[in-house]
Amino acid sequence: MSDKTFEPHIVGFLCNWCTYTAADTAGVSRMEQPPNVDIIRLMCTGRIEPAFILKAFAEGADGVIVSGCHPPGDCHYNSGNFKTFRRMPLLERLLEQYGIEKGRFHWGWISGAEAPKWAQLTRDFTEQVRGLGPLDWKRQLESKED
Amino acid sequence: MSMVTLTIDGQTIQAEEGQTILEVCRRNSISIPTLCYHPVLEPFGACRLCTVEIAQGGRNGLQTACTYPVSDGLVVNTSSPAVIEARRMILGLLLSRCPNVPVIQDLALEYGIKEPPFPTDKPEEDCILCGLCVRACHELVKAGAINFADRGVDRVIGPPFLEKTRDCIGCGACTIVCPTGAIQIVLEKEAIYKEKPLGPTSAIYVPSLQAVPRVPVIDTDTCIRFRQQDRTSGEIEDACGACQIVCEAGAIDFTQKDEIIELDVGTVVVATGFEMWDATKLSQYSYGKSPNIITGLEFERLSNAAGITGGQIVLADGRKPERVAIIHCIGSRDHNAHEYCSRICCMYSLKQAHLVKDKTGAEVYEFYMDMRAFGKGYEEFYERVQEEGVTMIRGRGAEVDVLENGKLRVKGEDANLGRLVTADVDMVVLSTAIQAPQDAGKIASLFGLGRTPDGFFAEAHPKLRPVETNTDGVFLAGTAQGPKDVPDTVAHAGAAASMALALLSKGEVTISPATAIVDEKLCSGCKTCIALCPYTAISFLDDKNVAYVNEVLCKGCGTCVAACPAQAITARHFTEEQIIAQIEGLFRVPDFLKAEGVPA
Amino acid sequence: MAPNGKLKLALYWAASCGGCEIAIVELREKILIVDQVADILFWPVAIDAKYKDVEAMPDKHIDVCLFNGAIRTSENEHLAHLLRQKSKVLVAFGSCAHEGCIPGLGNLFDRQSIFERVYLEAPSVDNPQKILPQTTTQVPEGEIHIPKFYNTVKTLGQVEDVDYFLPGCPPQPHQIWAVIEAILAGNLPPKGSVVGANEKTVCDECKHKREEKRIKKFYRIHEIIPDTTQCLFDQGIICAGPATRGGCGALCPQVNMPCRGCYGPAPHQIDQGAALLSAVSSVVDADTEEEAARIVGEIADPIGTFYRFSLPSSLLHRVRLNEGGKVA
Repeated sequence: MSDKTFEPHIVGFLCNWCTYTAADTAGVSRMEQPPNVDIIRLMCTGRIEPAFILKAFAEGADGVIVSGCHPPGDCHYNSGNFKTFRRMPLLERLLEQYGIEKGRFHWGWISGAEAPKWAQLTRDFTEQVRGLGPLDWKRQLESKED
Repeated sequence: MSMVTLTIDGQTIQAEEGQTILEVCRRNSISIPTLCYHPVLEPFGACRLCTVEIAQGGRNGLQTACTYPVSDGLVVNTSSPAVIEARRMILGLLLSRCPNVPVIQDLALEYGIKEPPFPTDKPEEDCILCGLCVRACHELVKAGAINFADRGVDRVIGPPFLEKTRDCIGCGACTIVCPTGAIQIVLEKEAIYKEKPLGPTSAIYVPSLQAVPRVPVIDTDTCIRFRQQDRTSGEIEDACGACQIVCEAGAIDFTQKDEIIELDVGTVVVATGFEMWDATKLSQYSYGKSPNIITGLEFERLSNAAGITGGQIVLADGRKPERVAIIHCIGSRDHNAHEYCSRICCMYSLKQAHLVKDKTGAEVYEFYMDMRAFGKGYEEFYERVQEEGVTMIRGRGAEVDVLENGKLRVKGEDANLGRLVTADVDMVVLSTAIQAPQDAGKIASLFGLGRTPDGFFAEAHPKLRPVETNTDGVFLAGTAQGPKDVPDTVAHAGAAASMALALLSKGEVTISPATAIVDEKLCSGCKTCIALCPYTAISFLDDKNVAYVNEVLCKGCGTCVAACPAQAITARHFTEEQIIAQIEGLFRVPDFLKAEGVPA
Repeated sequence: MAPNGKLKLALYWAASCGGCEIAIVELREKILIVDQVADILFWPVAIDAKYKDVEAMPDKHIDVCLFNGAIRTSENEHLAHLLRQKSKVLVAFGSCAHEGCIPGLGNLFDRQSIFERVYLEAPSVDNPQKILPQTTTQVPEGEIHIPKFYNTVKTLGQVEDVDYFLPGCPPQPHQIWAVIEAILAGNLPPKGSVVGANEKTVCDECKHKREEKRIKKFYRIHEIIPDTTQCLFDQGIICAGPATRGGCGALCPQVNMPCRGCYGPAPHQIDQGAALLSAVSSVVDADTEEEAARIVGEIADPIGTFYRFSLPSSLLHRVRLNEGGKVA
């Protein structure tokens, strides 16, 4: 057992207009955030293919965040987030069937004005994933059959 | 048409053959009184009032001008002593039959008759049996519901057996032609002020004084001709048509049909306006239960100088009100109706209070929640209205009850005094909310417009882009985007017009390159993407069986890209390869860090 | 090519059902042409060649090897490496070799739980001594070795370098023939290509009429009698056609059964199941989160529905194993 605490590596898929802006503001305002969350910017959460989340886990992510504009009225493109909330519940169930615990995947809405909410999410989610331990999906792919 | 020459009152006149003396006199401004004559109906000669004297050239003696045709060499006197004597006798008899009919009283007075010469045991009689109503019903409307009945002193006008008949179509033609007002339309419900206009109008009318073009229109739902066609499945094709007969310009064409015109346009300005909210929805204000409870818009009609009261503020029975209450926020700022503030009502309610004070001197009570006097000169006007003596009560008017004596009891709270107040008034004006029109949803789908929670169309950005929408080239003007008053509407609409023109005058559009493109070699035409685009940028090409993205409309959100099951759509600048590379990159540890044992 | 000018052909079956063998036979009279132009050096189901015959061949002796079946056991893997060594062109033949196919569903489990089910729990099993297969067993005659049953099913491409992929469960005879002709003519696309299939998905071949999609409810095929002219997906039946490579002629939709996805991923997909999941959920007719969750909640078994044929070739390959190699 290593004496280093496990540092989760979390990938966040954020929409440009809302959550990315909030994250930007949180950073500029020096709000306290752990370094564990890496952000991938998309124009809209509607661009997020479920395959991206699976890819993130396959590459080694311990947790994944998806966040965009609040429905029903905030989406910069009107209804991109509608497609997101149709896709995410089904993806959640798929992940559970794959054996990836619900606590490793968070999807929700943070508007551009809610920078503190983003900072809090990075803190809370990092701890939540830390408690679940490493996922290390590559390990089971690369392991040789004994 | 051949012409004849005749002499009337010593004047030599040219006239068309076939016309009657009365028609010729009317043409030549020679006045002859009538009661039973109407230009669009066959002359009847019932009232005898148009009696003239034929001196030469025809059947000499006293004849009715309305029925007598002109001929060459005819000599007519319209006011000889014999004629005057005859008319006096006729009017005396008419007045004796109908002593309380104003139009007969006035005519009799012109001929020096102040009292009815003969007694009557039915002084309330008002029908002179002129037959205009019968002729209107048979010739014009072709409904044939009423006719003369019985004989002699018992002769009356009525339907068969004097019983209610279904042949009467309630058109009201008989009431319009009746010279004495003897025949009335009875409405089953008490007449209530309508939003526009106050009181009934004819089926052909000019929509409003500011109509462009300012020509009459025919309301085919009430026009007798169209109703008879519908009612009799076309058997009666040409009922009435009175308007066409009297129109000297020949401008009336009943065969006009709706034309659907297709235009290819580059920009659209949506200026579909607003509707009044229905005040019956909050029953505590008793709207509809008294004709003296009216909405703000109905008050505008009442107070309009071109309206039916000539701008006078009067109650339904014509009296001036002595106390008026104006209640703000009916249906606005209300979780049970509309949550938003309708913006215009505070100022127009103040204006209306000022008008009531000015025109009637009545006591005015204004029940308001907040006084929103946000514009140039608005606050100053509010002070002025207060100084004029209008009583401002800060508290939402809670109820209006209709009392037995017809007065209206307004109950509310005076928050400044901290107590409940009651006011018994003659008239209540409800400042009702304005809302998006009922069919706003259809317009929104047509142009791919969003709607804000208040129901109005969504502007592209609440602060920075008030006239643009999410669909390029479609602009919003005026209250279609939200409640606003005239100065703000003018500014808003001006902005919309400028942006529309600017777009057109440029001749080309600049678009972001981050758009979606369908690879026709991969698209199998499953149609998953088509309905997903908020901008309706995706269409289906039937001949190629593939989807197609209009790059000018596409805003690059990538929703269709993510949904495509074949991954046949590419989001330029946010391609799958790029995003996958980012994800992989996050977990790739450079060799020099691997050496230090840094985990992925 | 052999000195007699004939193509040297080998066919092998790994973890498969035998349907790909039948597909070869389904060539019918064309099999005689195959016999004319090719020498079949190795085909366990049909000729009596042995592994040692293959081992004795020089490297790249075989011109074309059609390898069907997934890699389930060490024997499968051994032959994969052997036949790669001995063949010029190795073709992953059929869906099992291409994307994992039905044996791939074993990746929902692990070796131990599969053995327990098959040898202990299944209703018709009679195994009072609770014997499970071992790789090594002592018998009176000596030691017996049997291949190892792997924990995870792999595709051919995941264990060896494959030249071409010919998908289908099984591949359609006319597609097999097209590939054979291309081989004979020396007219093959670049290495690594999928052959015997289309670039477009199954919808392109499907005769059902498609409309814009708005799904209010999902049905399994036994729950409704579908309209036979309308797209099955439009009617709420999850059809994998939009996300599956075409080339089969849309055989299943033709008889009003939804496509199951056997021809595997479409050219640009990175994960067939995820692409289908995205499409299916995107067109749900719901404008609130609650309604959307309710409607997609009706889909029973997402992983089985979306990854029926492609689980081993998906991004995640298999259900998670814990430290001890068991499903968590």
